[in-house]
Amino acid sequence: MRVGVVVFPGSNCDRDCAHVLSLVGATPEFVWHRDTDLSHLGAVVLPGGFSYGDYLRCGAVAKISPVMSAVREFAAAGRPVIGICNGFQILVESELLPGALMRNESLSFQCKDVDLRVESTATAFTAGFEPGTELRLPIANAEGNYTIDERGLAELEEHGQVVLRYQNNPNGSVGDIAGISNRQGNVVGMMPHPERASESRLGNAVGRTFFESVLNFVS
Amino acid sequence: MAHVRVLIRNRPGVFDPAGKVVQSGLKRLGHDVGNVTIGKVIDLEIPGDVASVTQTVNQMCQQFLVNPVLEDFTIEFLDGVS
Repeated sequence: MRVGVVVFPGSNCDRDCAHVLSLVGATPEFVWHRDTDLSHLGAVVLPGGFSYGDYLRCGAVAKISPVMSAVREFAAAGRPVIGICNGFQILVESELLPGALMRNESLSFQCKDVDLRVESTATAFTAGFEPGTELRLPIANAEGNYTIDERGLAELEEHGQVVLRYQNNPNGSVGDIAGISNRQGNVVGMMPHPERASESRLGNAVGRTFFESVLNFVS
Repeated sequence: MAHVRVLIRNRPGVFDPAGKVVQSGLKRLGHDVGNVTIGKVIDLEIPGDVASVTQTVNQMCQQFLVNPVLEDFTIEFLDGVS
């Protein structure tokens, strides 16, 4: 299966994502931010980094890029899209996911491993986990503090859209949220980096399940 | 050409850590200061009359310049309007 990895000016986790996609048996294909044809792809990854220098707001300039119009159509057709870190910021800016990501409560760039719990396995990217699985993944961000109004949070909880929760909240996010999905479960955004924890020789391969899940979902 | 200033600030209740840090810095310097909030200023040159420019800039804010989940904005005209 061909999986698109979108490359914005300033993306810096694109090659890591492509590497892990190869490891799990997918054929990664880089998609430039000006490209608009995603029809041949089985899934799309919006990788981490600093798209367009994070100017204006993280993800704000990316949301008006040509490729995001295509990603919107791709997602609306029920096809799987994941945004990791900056990719998550792009998904909320693009309103493909609700809420927003604010500056970390500590004001610091947080770069460390965090303990998480898988809250929803009803998504294209977490179907391979057992519900309640506890796992450790790295985070690396300054704007990872997820927020949404009370009503929005209640809706997320009610529809099982909270996908990952921190066990020790590193950034002040509401409800300890580390990742969410849309109602259909085909669009997932998460701050932790599964692509950085997908090989046992790096000490942790649990992240691989996110990529394996989407391959199974599509096939 | 109208010179327009868009002032963007966090919506009430949205956590503003930068404002908090500046507030504590000012207090450390001995100033008596209550809430401090930090926003953004965007100055634009737009052709048109007040009504059309106001409409255009509102649209720009809604589409791109402002994240309505976190931010409010106001528009000011800086000088004469053509």
